[in-house]
Amino acid sequence: MNPGDAYEPVIGLEVHAQLLTQTKAFCGCSARFGGEPNSNVCPVCLGMPGTLPVLNVKLVEFILRMGLAVGSRIAPRSVFARKNYFYPDLPKGYQISQHDEPICTGGGIDIDVPGGGKKRIALTRIHMEEDAGKSLHDLDVDTLLDLNRCGVPLIEIVSEPAIGSPREASLYLSRIRQLVTYLGICDGNMEEGSLRCDANVSVRLRGASALGTKTEVKNMNSFRNVERALEFEVGRQVRLIADGGTVVQETLLWDAERNIAFPMRSKEEAHDYRYFPDPDLAAVTVDEAWIGAVRKALPELPETRRDRFITGLGLPGYDADVLTAEKGVADYFEETLASLGGEGAGRAQNAKAVSNWVMTDVLRVLSAGKTSVAEFPVSPARLASMIGLIVDGTISGKIAKEVFEDMVATGEDPRAIVERKGLLQVSDAGAIGRAVDGVIASNMPQVQKYLGGNEKVFAFFVGETMKIMKGKGNPKVVNEVLRRKLDALG
Amino acid sequence: MAISIQDVEHVASLAKLSFTEEEKQKLASELNEILTYMEQLNSLDTESVEPLSHVIELGNVFRGDNLRAGLDREDALKNAPAKTEKFFRVPKVIGDR
Repeated sequence: MNPGDAYEPVIGLEVHAQLLTQTKAFCGCSARFGGEPNSNVCPVCLGMPGTLPVLNVKLVEFILRMGLAVGSRIAPRSVFARKNYFYPDLPKGYQISQHDEPICTGGGIDIDVPGGGKKRIALTRIHMEEDAGKSLHDLDVDTLLDLNRCGVPLIEIVSEPAIGSPREASLYLSRIRQLVTYLGICDGNMEEGSLRCDANVSVRLRGASALGTKTEVKNMNSFRNVERALEFEVGRQVRLIADGGTVVQETLLWDAERNIAFPMRSKEEAHDYRYFPDPDLAAVTVDEAWIGAVRKALPELPETRRDRFITGLGLPGYDADVLTAEKGVADYFEETLASLGGEGAGRAQNAKAVSNWVMTDVLRVLSAGKTSVAEFPVSPARLASMIGLIVDGTISGKIAKEVFEDMVATGEDPRAIVERKGLLQVSDAGAIGRAVDGVIASNMPQVQKYLGGNEKVFAFFVGETMKIMKGKGNPKVVNEVLRRKLDALG
Repeated sequence: MAISIQDVEHVASLAKLSFTEEEKQKLASELNEILTYMEQLNSLDTESVEPLSHVIELGNVFRGDNLRAGLDREDALKNAPAKTEKFFRVPKVIGDR
């Protein structure tokens, strides 16, 4: 028996999501990623003496969206606290956070567990805080500081130790990413750090109720890294315990290059943050009216959208899952469909046609180029107009694949590509008839087989005719003409 | 509640301060005096009193999410003891905060 089977992992995640506000949490500096170093700073976020923070109301609105979407209890009154520690990227000497009175407690996030079914991962809390600046260690013999990120608003989503495997952890994180992007509060980009995740990991004998000693794993900056880092750490703990050792409570850093998590070289002094209520900030009180207004304005959530795709557009469940996994893709799909139009049954047909193109072709190009749908060169209107060309018989489905590749490469209008490359579908029965006559004349043995009742050979004639017509023959007309001419020989 | 030399050392290290043995002794006794004085508060019955985080019961002091010009980089870096053209410069730090 694998020693791992006797043990089960217990994982809790702390996820930080950087909010898409215009400005920072407590001052009017831009909160956007990517400015020149130290260009989005002011006396407040630089921690100058005598300045006072003033809370950005959008931060409260955004966290309420998240809290309501996951069924948290919203505290009627919550306060900010100072988390005290010295580190150069935090000029005030404390981080403004929430401690014993967070704004959201409880709630949960549903994941589709491997092997079927759903599991609800319970949340401990979601609270508001500010980000620290960025330390750069490699540009100079000294450490250099860029404080643009200092004071950028974050929400921290803390799960209960209720995640049962590295795979579940990754699924849970994907769901959070999906939720925050649907809610429009975070761009969900893990590589750029707008979504970050730390994990508390312990293992225990399967079925035991007491928790084992936990370690904290940090620095996992992609979904794949989260799963790999947790697999590594769970495996390490299981082997350690199975060999009679004990887990030491410590913080580990994931090294994606070397595929290991190693203990951080820091003093083993327990953190002592000496939290206390921040006297510079007033309490946040949220009444029913505010909650109601935020709830009413909540954007459509992934499950609702999925259901609407199935019941409203007649899409199969599989299509609806794939299309709604990412908000940008679902938006792209809907914009394309809206641009293509259609009523009743025609609309359902168009929906399936658009779904096929998005699922197979658009997503293939995106995953090959590792880009997001926001950067996709073919606009929804252009894709719709290309599908329109298939629907009205201007081009064949086969030719459309070629036009699509061209659109991806050039971003050109499909009609212009069709004209430039002479790809117009030929529906003229006279031209098709001439091609068919040629095919019949040079394939008499197959004609005999067809007349002898071999229906399979018909597909051969269709293929040969299309070859002569360079794929531009209207398949419907080609079929009709072939059938008529072959049957006339019998 | 008595403050030991270890407590003084712990608090000093959190504050990144260092003291001589003599100073630690002095701080320990001063801190003990302060705490003994504050102990008097424990004689009050606070059973029915809600914890207070702010003296003024003010709620919801907000600002809109509107951009406001901050400092030019030159001004932001002006008083830094060490800097480069674009960055604050501090002694090398590695590891966790």
